Amino acid sequence: MNHLSLITKREYLNKVKNKSFIIMTFLSPLIMVGIFALIGFLTQLNNDGVRTISVLDESNLFANEFENTEHTKYDILTGLSLEDAKQLVRKAENYGLLYIPPAENVDAIADKIKFYSEESPSVGVMNGIEDKIEEEARAIKLKESGLDPVLVSKLNIKVRANLETFDGEKTSKAGSYMKLIFGGAAGYLLFMFIIIYGNMIMRSVIEEKTSRIIEIIISSVKPIKLLLGKIFGTTLAGLTQFTVWIIIGTALMIGVSAFFGVEASQGPMAQQQAEMMKQASQNVEAQEMAATIFQEIYNMPLANLIIMFILFFIGGYLLYASLYAAIGAAVDNETDTQQFMLPIIMPLMLAIYVGFFTVIENPHGMVSQVFSYIPFTSPVVMLMRIPFGVPIWQQLLSVLILFGTFYITVLFAAKIYRVGILMYGKKPSYKEIYKWLKY
Amino acid sequence: MSDILVAENIVKNYGDYKALNNVSINVAKGSIFGLLGPNGAGKTTLIRIINQITMPDEGLITLDGEPLKQDHIKDIGYLPEERGLYKSMKVGEQALYLAQLKGLSESEAKARLKYWFDKFEIGDWWNKKIQELSKGMAQKIQFIVTVLHQPKLLIFDEPFSGFDPINANLIKDEILKLREEGATVIFSTHRMESVEELCDDIALIHKSNKILEGKLIDIKRQYKNNMYEVGLITDNKAEVTQNLKENFELSNATFKTLNDELQFNIKIDNKLPVNQLIQHLTSKGELTHFVEVIPSVNDIFIQTVQNN
Repeated sequence: MNHLSLITKREYLNKVKNKSFIIMTFLSPLIMVGIFALIGFLTQLNNDGVRTISVLDESNLFANEFENTEHTKYDILTGLSLEDAKQLVRKAENYGLLYIPPAENVDAIADKIKFYSEESPSVGVMNGIEDKIEEEARAIKLKESGLDPVLVSKLNIKVRANLETFDGEKTSKAGSYMKLIFGGAAGYLLFMFIIIYGNMIMRSVIEEKTSRIIEIIISSVKPIKLLLGKIFGTTLAGLTQFTVWIIIGTALMIGVSAFFGVEASQGPMAQQQAEMMKQASQNVEAQEMAATIFQEIYNMPLANLIIMFILFFIGGYLLYASLYAAIGAAVDNETDTQQFMLPIIMPLMLAIYVGFFTVIENPHGMVSQVFSYIPFTSPVVMLMRIPFGVPIWQQLLSVLILFGTFYITVLFAAKIYRVGILMYGKKPSYKEIYKWLKY
Repeated sequence: MSDILVAENIVKNYGDYKALNNVSINVAKGSIFGLLGPNGAGKTTLIRIINQITMPDEGLITLDGEPLKQDHIKDIGYLPEERGLYKSMKVGEQALYLAQLKGLSESEAKARLKYWFDKFEIGDWWNKKIQELSKGMAQKIQFIVTVLHQPKLLIFDEPFSGFDPINANLIKDEILKLREEGATVIFSTHRMESVEELCDDIALIHKSNKILEGKLIDIKRQYKNNMYEVGLITDNKAEVTQNLKENFELSNATFKTLNDELQFNIKIDNKLPVNQLIQHLTSKGELTHFVEVIPSVNDIFIQTVQNN
């Protein structure tokens, strides 16, 4: 077996057999799903309990609109003065008092409605109440104008421009969102992968330095082979972990939603959802939309996306991994790495921000284009742009620049690595590292 | 005897710092070669160049007559001064891995490891992790890994550090045995007594320059200064001393003895035969002790370094 595969194998097995790695691999998805379940549970808990809202409607227009729901009880007060009502509600420790003053017409009421409460009421509750009043007020006004509400709703017209490219491909706004989600997920995944496993490589280089085995090894193999073997081994371990996470995560998500699904259908959120679904199913438009979304996914350059995802993922990861390894070689312990982390994190963050703000705004704008060629940001930015359609030659050019830069970077990294791994006890400065490049 | 390793005019710069300045050494096949020098003299740099860990800026190194190349790695076994092992890896796995990096097949490596583990009676360490072993125990593993691929040239940098006297002896015997089996050993250390005991040839590097090289015995001859340590029983110590001082250079000496005697070092002219000195001394009293003072490696080391 040649050196590179020996080293890769050892790095891989060493990572995969490590106890904390195994624990993290199997525990992380559990923790993630656990947190989601907990959030869901807590939200439900928060909404649990019944709040009583007292209503003093002196206009006598809306009292009938307030029907009790599972979480909200409306207590309709009559024949009380506002002051008495306030006193009463306060004493009863009710959630609040909705006061609708008397008025000759609906318009006059609109600005005068008040809500009294001990603490600021939740936005959700207020929106609900306001919606109810608005709806009723509108109905009243329609009636006053002598219009038939059914007729009015028929008069409503909605405009949805049908988007189509010059090549005849149909797109839609929903489709744009899908593209954004696809691109964003791909870019973000790469970002996370680089940070998690780049750090892992760095730690493994530092470990070889601190355990003083490094000189024994590089008297047998060339440092560049050790460097590459490390990167490959850790990458494989990372991919293994990622795969396990995705499998377990998906299984758990399905399991959890199946389990909670039944129970949650009685909850308020689920009710809302069910409501929406009901509306949606009645709504031909929504059905059409769902169809467009699938059409959209289908229309996306999936093969292109997958191939480029793999290329940019590998290129971007290798580029950063070699930098992480160089940093690991330059220092003696993890605390000394801080000063060198900024130049790595900065372009990554920049890529993510450019991706999420600029690409969303205009996928083919100047800034998006430039950043999708700069090798330190291109993996993330280009991955986000591709779903919106980027000419193949541009993608290939970007990949070429990326791999070219990787080649140059790995040479530099290897130089730093070669010198750095044999340096002990010194906390190097940038100046010092620059000198190493010339050794 | 032919030379297994020849380094010619090696120059190595680290930025503005010259780590090696035109250093040449010749290591004879089958010898034990002591590479000496104060801390920071450039020994480790030279050793790393021989191991192709760093490349020289100038100069040429040949191994068995061929310019050094990547393939020579399997002909060299190197035990660095800064040495360690993967802490969380099992002893056996680790030894196998390192042996395979040196080009042994897995089965070959296993067989040879078994031999050495049995020899050092450490067979039950195979499944232990390095972090469970003591420093001396880990050093044994490192030694085994260094010699396992039966290299022609062995380079030991401070091999005895970390060993107790018993294990240091064990390692010393193994080094001698490997030499008998035909290996050549380059040996870098600050322990002068082990140089004295083991080395055939030495080279002394100081401030990036080689300042001394040759057969240990020749160097000693070169550094001897016709001084003899003398014990003389006489009734009149003061008078004899005075008398001798008129003709010879005397200096103080102390050695263990059973007698109450006059003890001194005496230095004679190159031209004066030793026999005549002895005759002269016996005429002054009863001669109980007469030994030629041979300069120790330690003395030579200190003297040469200070003179440079």
